[in-house]
Amino acid sequence: MLDVRGLKKVYEGSGRRVEAVRDLTFTVDAGELVCLVGPSGCGKTTLLKCMGGLLTPTSGEVLLGGRPVSGPPPGMAFVFQEYGRSLFPWMRVRDNVELPLKQKKLSPSRRRELVADALESVGLTDAAGAYPWQLSGGMQQRVAIARALAYEPDVLLMDEPFAAVDAQTRADLEDLVRGLWQQRGITILFVTHDIDEAVYLGERVLILSTSPTVVQEQLKVDLPAERDQLHTRVAPRFAELRTHVYEQIQAAKRGKAADLEDVKDMKADAPPTH
Amino acid sequence: MKAETALLGTAGFAGFLVLCEAVPRTGILSEDYFPPVTRIADALVTELGDQAFWTALGDTLTGWALGLAIAVTAGILAGVLIAVTPYLREATASTIEFLRPIPSVALIPLAVLLYGTELQSVLLLVVYASFWQVLIQTLYGVQDVDPVADETARSYGLGTWARVRHVLWPTALPYIMTGVRLAAAVALILAVTAELVIGAPGLGRRIAVAQSSQAVPDMYALVVVTGVLGLLINVGARTVERRALAWHQSVRGEVAV
Repeated sequence: MLDVRGLKKVYEGSGRRVEAVRDLTFTVDAGELVCLVGPSGCGKTTLLKCMGGLLTPTSGEVLLGGRPVSGPPPGMAFVFQEYGRSLFPWMRVRDNVELPLKQKKLSPSRRRELVADALESVGLTDAAGAYPWQLSGGMQQRVAIARALAYEPDVLLMDEPFAAVDAQTRADLEDLVRGLWQQRGITILFVTHDIDEAVYLGERVLILSTSPTVVQEQLKVDLPAERDQLHTRVAPRFAELRTHVYEQIQAAKRGKAADLEDVKDMKADAPPTH
Repeated sequence: MKAETALLGTAGFAGFLVLCEAVPRTGILSEDYFPPVTRIADALVTELGDQAFWTALGDTLTGWALGLAIAVTAGILAGVLIAVTPYLREATASTIEFLRPIPSVALIPLAVLLYGTELQSVLLLVVYASFWQVLIQTLYGVQDVDPVADETARSYGLGTWARVRHVLWPTALPYIMTGVRLAAAVALILAVTAELVIGAPGLGRRIAVAQSSQAVPDMYALVVVTGVLGLLINVGARTVERRALAWHQSVRGEVAV
């Protein structure tokens, strides 16, 4: 579904040359929920913006359904970390969700249907007439998610969407995303710096190295499909996985892959080849 | 608290009127040049009954409204164009900074040369003065577009025109509204100035005529009318601003979440 091949992004400007992403190659299958974790400042946002067609990579390419991404593709929706800035304060919730649909040349009745359905999915039917700034942070991010859902994307890119909400809201939103993923079969690429979140949400976790960034490791999360905050997070396997990811990230910060005896069995998960 | 403010305001104004009545009557100021309020009020009533007064008022308002409309349209179009075109902002900044401080009244001789005492003279001065207010505010407003909001719009496939309409315009609107409000006040000042100095038809010329014919209370009555006009324009502009920007931080106040 989503192929990233040899992606490299170098920022040049004011006499400084920053290689944000060196060489990234990975694949996300249709209907998969993949989490990307990496040390802070490792170019996660750069990667996501290249994938979303918001930035042009220096070299390499991103393919969506086999077609190269050169601008924001119609089958892709983006959820930003800064929900407060991503939602338009001059529009009511309903209009915020509907705006992208107007670009899709859908009939007004179909648009209303999609908006109502998306708001219901995130539990915000009652807030349709409110302005985003009248809602709490968690509700605002739900609106942003509803806007993405109404757009009916094949792929949903989420850039640290819950980094700015409190812990309890965050847990609710994580369950919301997993629930929506299961119901709707959307392909989701979820970027986070939170290791627990990555392991809890993902079917697969991609661990990135420090900048200049390469894929440090791909890890399959073999937790049951039905997950809940209470039990999954205390499961021994969850602890093992998160420890492993943590070690890999620490190793990434030191600049090499972790070579630890107790995680050998996990490294057997070869990255899928497509 | 609000009632108290209103009460104090009314009382203060009433005191001011009493003072303006009393001071000339006690002879501290010459009644010839500072007629008491009641005589100004009498003159005002007479003015209101005069058809020529209403024509003059109409002329002033025409010059004001037309000039403002031209300045606002041109200011917004130029501002958006300059702000969104790469390098144009840098290239025009020095010229704008040079032209902007030129007092509009310094162009009076030019206006007379070009258009004599016609409406165009008034328009030239009004447009020159108010154009910069709108242009500068538009430039600031467009610059304030949030990169996240713009990226959101781009990621959802909004084209250039849709982004101008749904992101750039609402972002710049609070700034533009401020510019228009300032421009509306400046436009009235310049309209009256042009009529007064050049002699274009309107309240300004009527003030000049009243002065030269020693009709001092009439002169004051007309000055009062221009003051009321300014007040109404400001109140009107603020009302429009509040309606249009109900969503904006400056209007909505703090919201309990």
